[in-house]
Amino acid sequence: MPRTHITTVINGDETEFLTEDSTSLLNALRDEVGLTGAKEGCGTGDCGACSILVDDRVNCACLMFAPEADGTVIVTVEGLADSGELHPLQQCFLEGAALQCGICTPGFLMAAKALLDKNPDPTETEIRYALAGNLCRCTGYDKIIRAVQEAAREMRGQ
Amino acid sequence: MKYVAPSSVEEATSLLSSSPSAQVFAGATDVVPQLRSGRTAPEVLVDLKKIKELVEVNSDGDKWTVGAATPTAYLTEDESFSHEFPGLSEAAGLIGSDQIQNRSSLGGNLCNASPAADSVPAMVVNGVRAVVAGPNGTRVLDVSEVVTGPGQTTLDDDEFIVEFEIDKMPNRSGDAYLRMTPRTEMDIAVVGAGARVTLADDGSIEQAVLALGAVAPTVVRIPDAEQALLGSTADEETLNAVAAAASAACNPIDDKRGTVEYRKQVAGVLAKRAVVIAIERAEQRNGSN
Ligand SMILES: Cc1cc2nc3c(=O)[nH]c(=O)nc-3n(C[C@H](O)[C@H](O)[C@H](O)COP(=O)(O)OP(=O)(O)OC[C@H]3O[C@@H](n4cnc5c(N)ncnc54)[C@H](O)[C@@H]3O)c2cc1C
Ligand code: FES
Ligand code: FES
Repeated sequence: MPRTHITTVINGDETEFLTEDSTSLLNALRDEVGLTGAKEGCGTGDCGACSILVDDRVNCACLMFAPEADGTVIVTVEGLADSGELHPLQQCFLEGAALQCGICTPGFLMAAKALLDKNPDPTETEIRYALAGNLCRCTGYDKIIRAVQEAAREMRGQ
Repeated sequence: MKYVAPSSVEEATSLLSSSPSAQVFAGATDVVPQLRSGRTAPEVLVDLKKIKELVEVNSDGDKWTVGAATPTAYLTEDESFSHEFPGLSEAAGLIGSDQIQNRSSLGGNLCNASPAADSVPAMVVNGVRAVVAGPNGTRVLDVSEVVTGPGQTTLDDDEFIVEFEIDKMPNRSGDAYLRMTPRTEMDIAVVGAGARVTLADDGSIEQAVLALGAVAPTVVRIPDAEQALLGSTADEETLNAVAAAASAACNPIDDKRGTVEYRKQVAGVLAKRAVVIAIERAEQRNGSN
């Protein structure tokens, strides 16, 4: 199969990779770029485990074809921490035990980041809607919602 | 499978004409699950999102144009569009999660031709038109003329929708869309109901259009309900007639999401409620806004 050359910015670094056209962006990130944070839960847009930011918007990487990434700016869960220091969302998930197996966590973190980037002080209802595209089969949602609320408070400096 | 991203409508139509097994896509939120399940196997996938006019929302003197591949999030985030067409905006905002709405388009929602597509009843009641491009130029269809049955449209293989045209909302008019799903988000409509009304100066209903989704192979209008509303003030008796006409217009399937009886009942209730909301909104639009 011919492979297409893709140029993107991923987590702040200009990144180039080769991919087959039919490969999902999720598989390209995992297998070609080596970023295995985003997970495949369903491959059909239902679970959100593959959530990443593409040009500042949260997307399911499983629903994108890898060539669509050309010229975009991507942030994955690996780009959340700042030189080794966890992002407040990551820290609050950790402290609030908002994860068990952790498969869903990268997706929740990215969807929560997309929310807080546009709305630093969301209501609980707004958080629940913003995370409706992310499924968790072990932790339950309350701890996740509370972790996002706590992170939002911290990020607002309260 | 080959991925191509033409940058103009002409380039896209010539690609489609020269490759018989090509399929267009916008957000791919229907296309990817269908590819994965083996239901479709195009040789060429034509990404429409690099064509500028397909990813734009514009308003000029008398109409809005919404690019067919525009993510539905752009519509719900557009305050002036959402203010003018709250029903259509809410219908677009019901599609999937934030992740989905950053990709899903009106063109894809319509052309996927699912009977349960949420934006379609809302487009039908608002008289939205689809501008279709093909090898011989463009033609304009009413949205209600595009879908003929589940997965079936009147578009040729080498045609696609460029944009939707939506006439400005007249004064004393309003729209609404309601759907019933077991889960608030991320679920497929058991019934969807759209309504649009225009009020006369005396407050009676001058125009009414009602449409139901998920209760028949295609979206259906409810002429008997529209007729019952004309000249009325939507008193209780009229609203009961609307509900009865809505239930009668259904030709639903029995499945795990709802029985035939349940769907008919819910269609009546939602049609009635959608009319009431559309009237409230019409009363708010009295010339100053
Ligand atoms: C998790 C999830 C939840 C969902 N929830 C909902 C929901 O609540 N309500 C709902 O209605 N839908 C829902 N959907 C279905 C889907 O997201 C919508 O139908 C969406 O609007 C499709 O748009 P798209 O741009 O992604 O279409 P695509 O997948 O890109 O295309 C869909 C079809 O339309 C054709 N097409 C696309 N654009 C054009 C065009 N411009 N001209 C001609 N043909 C075209 C394609 O060839 C394809 O056959 C959901 C999907 C997922 C994965
Ligand atoms: S893997 Fe992408 S949504 Fe489940
Ligand atoms: S922690 Fe296991 S799925 Fe969420």
